[in-house]
Amino acid sequence: MRRPFSSLHTTGGPAMTATTDERVKSVSGFRRAMIRPELGAICGTILVFVFFVLIAGDTGMFAAQGVMNWTLVSAQFAIIAVGACLLMIAGEFDLSVGSMIGFAGTVIAIVSVQWGWPVWIAIVCAFAVALAIGALNGWLVIRTGLPSFIVTLAFLYILRGLTIWLSILTTRQTIIGGVGEAAQGDWLAWLFGGKIFGSLFVWLADANLIATYDRGARSGQPIIDGIPMLIVWAIGLMIFAHVLLTRTRFGNWIYAAGGDAQAARYVGVPVDRVKILMFMFTAFCATVFATCQVMEFGSAAADRGLLKEFEAIICVVIGGALLTGGYGSVVGAALGALIFGVVQQGLFFAGAESSLFRVFLGTILILAVIMNTFIRRMITGER
Amino acid sequence: MSLIEMRDIQKHFGAVIALGGVSFDVQAGECHCLLGDNGAGKSTFIKTMSGVHKPSAGTMLVEGKEVVFQSPRDAMEAGIATVYQDLAMIPLMSVTRNFWMGREPVRKFGPLKLIDFETANRVTMEEMRRMGINLREPEQAVGTLSGGERQTVAIARAVHFGAKVLILDEPTSALGVRQTSNVLATIDRVRKQGIGVVFITHNVRHAMAVGNRFTVLNRGKTLGTAARGEISAEDLQDLMAGGQEMAELEGSLGGTV
Ligand SMILES: Nc1ncnc2c1ncn2[C@@H]1O[C@H](COP(=O)(O)OP(=O)(O)OP(=O)(O)O)[C@@H](O)[C@H]1O
Ligand SMILES: [Mg+2]
Repeated sequence: MRRPFSSLHTTGGPAMTATTDERVKSVSGFRRAMIRPELGAICGTILVFVFFVLIAGDTGMFAAQGVMNWTLVSAQFAIIAVGACLLMIAGEFDLSVGSMIGFAGTVIAIVSVQWGWPVWIAIVCAFAVALAIGALNGWLVIRTGLPSFIVTLAFLYILRGLTIWLSILTTRQTIIGGVGEAAQGDWLAWLFGGKIFGSLFVWLADANLIATYDRGARSGQPIIDGIPMLIVWAIGLMIFAHVLLTRTRFGNWIYAAGGDAQAARYVGVPVDRVKILMFMFTAFCATVFATCQVMEFGSAAADRGLLKEFEAIICVVIGGALLTGGYGSVVGAALGALIFGVVQQGLFFAGAESSLFRVFLGTILILAVIMNTFIRRMITGER
Repeated sequence: MSLIEMRDIQKHFGAVIALGGVSFDVQAGECHCLLGDNGAGKSTFIKTMSGVHKPSAGTMLVEGKEVVFQSPRDAMEAGIATVYQDLAMIPLMSVTRNFWMGREPVRKFGPLKLIDFETANRVTMEEMRRMGINLREPEQAVGTLSGGERQTVAIARAVHFGAKVLILDEPTSALGVRQTSNVLATIDRVRKQGIGVVFITHNVRHAMAVGNRFTVLNRGKTLGTAARGEISAEDLQDLMAGGQEMAELEGSLGGTV
């Protein structure tokens, strides 16, 4: 693809590499390592951990069970934050995530309990419907040119309304139970509701590294009986999204679609396809969340997922992403989710008033965003 | 034979006739300047050349063969690279990511196809150095570069990907003296490599500095094409502004325009 004459010029390579520009200040390795999009989230994470070690260090928050508790909550936030993160970098929002969680859960319950179909088919149905709605969201945004804020706000209401209506229509109530029994022994249900590494924890308990139950039917068993698949999903999705975003061509196009859609189109990036796929990925993440939750509770409820869309966006913004798109990182969003989970559960451990959670969160949000804006300006030369 | 030839191109936007039959061609190794006042249709014209707009009428030939571009990608594949007036680069992204945008080099890691950043960074640095710009590091965001440097990244990118025709839409309009002369020097260098350059500008002096031929557009029509030496800077200036009015203006301003 290169023109033949380019070889003429590159032969002078080694000698040329020595040239330096007197106007370029040499930048220390430390500074380069520090100035990164996730810096605000890294500082926030350290701050939050120091804070809770000080005020709740002796409450069991950092014992095995406590760690599992806030890890699980953080993983829940992480699953939806990963989707919101890629979508926000691609320059769009999805406010229908919370309603999607309620909707997907209800689809699983209706198909498996009301219709009596196998749970794995119910889960596949939920994913298919969610991906279709995600694609519809994206298609509408692209086609109408309306802000995704408005289009997905409409779906926030439409999906929530449909969820309640469908639930009452089929069962006369807004909570559909019985999924737990139906899911017994179902291979796909296990992928969302199961646990892995159980034997590792038995071994740890035998070695007296973690506590065991000392009473009741499960006496002698470790108090943690495995890693919930929810956490595996969170880690898997984070790794997938991180590699996709930073290492692949498609990732480059995600940044470009959000950074400047027109400039990206001019160089041949299929911006519409990228955006629609990101809406679908967000819907996928919401459905993973919904399925794990349905399997955990053994039921679906029409009010599940309330306000999740905002929590996802907060995680992503704490993580250093730019609200207008084109900038951000999955690592940052994951740290945002960790901060969110630790603060929520930490205040509970510390016995603080639960309303303080919101005060604390709001404060962290402001601090992180101020710091992120400052860092971003240093990196990108924005003025 | 011309690298690219446009015959009687028309472009209508609803009721607006942006181009009313424009003919134009570019030879290998020449710099063909396209001049004209604001709203003359210069940007619209080169956007049809680069596949962004489809002409309402008229034909396009690339190396003698008739073509119809469905998208900017088609034009790029035919060897026509464009550096746009408004949107050349994505400022939040690194120089390397911008340089390779849409054509990222990939390497296989098992089932995964990942961007080969080692190659991408090295080539970006080399190509930028050839254009006379020393980057601090290829991961530097484009937003930290000056306007002239951004234009140069875009030009370097086009040349690297084997452009036969390079279209530059007002690359010097927002630049200072030094950066302008850098860009003009780059144009000269690119032309000497055998690439045909289409250079759009308002500034007759910039055009005179590098142009081989000059075409003036006015209200969607060509006022004619002249070769270097056939026309003076003053005549060009007059043509651009629509002749008569400019002469009067010049008189009242004491010949300072
Ligand atoms: N997408 C569009 N829809 C409608 N009208 C358009 C569109 N693009 C351009 N025009 C009109 O076509 C005419 C030519 O515009 P164009 O941008 O090509 O001018 P130009 O010569 O590049 O001017 P400038 O020197 O200011 O860049 C203008 O009257 C403009 O309003
Ligand atoms: Mg223009």
